[in-house]
Amino acid sequence: MPKLSPRASKRNSVNVSTKKAKITTKNLNLYYGGSHALKDITMEIPECAITAIIGPSGCGKSSLLRQFNRMNDLIPIARVEGEAYLGETSIYGKSTDVVELRKKIGMVFQKPNVFPMSVYDNIVIGPKHHGIRSKSALNDIVERTLNQVAMWDELKDLLHKPGQELTAGQRQRLCIARTLAGDPEVVLMDESCSALDPESTMKVEDLMIQLAQKYTILIVTHNMEQAVRVSDMSAFLMIDLDDDDSARKVGKLVEYAPTYDMFTNPTDKRTEDYITGRYG
Amino acid sequence: MGARISQKIAKTLIWTIALTVIIILMAIIVFILYNGLRVINWTFLTEIPREMGQQGGILSPIIGTLTVTVLAVVIAMPFGIGTAFYLAEYTRGGAVTRIIRFCTESLAGIPSIVYGLFGLIFFVTTLGLGWSILSGGLTVAIMILPTIIRTSEEAIRSVPNIYREVSFTLGATKWQTIRKAVTPSAVRGIANGIILSIGRCVAETAAVMLTAGTVLTMPESIFSSSRTMALHFYLLAMEGTAMDKAFGTSAVLIILIFFINVVANALVNRFVSKGH
Repeated sequence: MPKLSPRASKRNSVNVSTKKAKITTKNLNLYYGGSHALKDITMEIPECAITAIIGPSGCGKSSLLRQFNRMNDLIPIARVEGEAYLGETSIYGKSTDVVELRKKIGMVFQKPNVFPMSVYDNIVIGPKHHGIRSKSALNDIVERTLNQVAMWDELKDLLHKPGQELTAGQRQRLCIARTLAGDPEVVLMDESCSALDPESTMKVEDLMIQLAQKYTILIVTHNMEQAVRVSDMSAFLMIDLDDDDSARKVGKLVEYAPTYDMFTNPTDKRTEDYITGRYG
Repeated sequence: MGARISQKIAKTLIWTIALTVIIILMAIIVFILYNGLRVINWTFLTEIPREMGQQGGILSPIIGTLTVTVLAVVIAMPFGIGTAFYLAEYTRGGAVTRIIRFCTESLAGIPSIVYGLFGLIFFVTTLGLGWSILSGGLTVAIMILPTIIRTSEEAIRSVPNIYREVSFTLGATKWQTIRKAVTPSAVRGIANGIILSIGRCVAETAAVMLTAGTVLTMPESIFSSSRTMALHFYLLAMEGTAMDKAFGTSAVLIILIFFINVVANALVNRFVSKGH
């Protein structure tokens, strides 16, 4: 079992349970054609905290993350049932504007996907889409977000350099800055460290912890040590037999608890098997 | 046979083939330029042909070629690129996509004289545009449409999907995604298709013979009839009366195509290099 960090302390986990829910799901289901990728996911994701989604490969971690900003809409065969809310707003409501929703829920991907344009242009692309035209406002956004990702000093003289010429670690932090530039409330991070070296990973993890003071953060990780190091809450997903139809397999939320509790005292046998490395 | 020997044979073979092709292509260019360059002088470029092209220059065919080409490209570009974006970004392989793709692929393989015949019946006769630069431009525009659609669609599809995903997660609309995330990476491929099409316009002979006509006078507007350089060359060579002028024309044609390629590539590089 991974060693517990100070962050995943008992005190911390108590604090988390008193926090207000930022994202709420009720019996959220996801189907890809005939396969039931996620079944009856019900969870409350606390505001200004880090929630880690863990589980074996292919269990639907990324799919769950993409439910929150409706990126699954882009997959023609995907179908969603159930409810999900960002604060009070329904994510899948009929009158929900997906573009507005995605302004509030930003996303950072696995690979540092910098656009083939300058550092500056990469950061301001979101704000420009949202109609910000004033040069000084855009300059402020670039400075603020690069400060947020602790790269302003590094990059302030290289703002017009092609973003793709930075190192992988810098590129990923640039992607985080680009996401923050849109002023989101929630940041989704889909295995955002898995393409990085250990030192860059550490920097991004420190960044997550800092950002959690202001933003609600959800991470998908296959690295349990990372979940323990940074997260306040952990959600364990896995593919298992459907309780209603034992002939088929579905993606399930097996356990959702404060990280400290899950890693010290898992309530489900399957969680225990996974975190002690018996499979996965 | 040992791996080392087969490797050597393959390498020699590929080198020989490449060298042969280069020699043949260079030989054609050298042959034309050798025969053509000595005809080219200031008068040849600035005078209109006299005595059925046996005397004078080729100014009116140069103007005819350029106007037909510009007209065709200006007309075909928006339709071609628009269709390519529709096929690559807005459809998910439905019946409409299949029909458009089937049509473009069939049209790409049709000889240009067939387009000429269509242009003659439709633009020249039915629409009453007569033998004119406009009829020629419209006909050639239709002819290059499949090329533009196919190369542009290919270029748009080759843009990594993750760019689209990232753009959407940044709160971009579909149109903003296409404009800001997809197009910058597709511009080079689209431009290559356009350059290829310009080459085809400049060199087109059969389709313009039936639609733009063969007159040698200076065109006054796009409603005037004209003769393109490739056609001028063809007619001179067929009559065999002024082979020197024919070679001069083809040399100018080759230089023009070369020039268009260089300029177009420079423009694309300048436009795309930002950020790369």
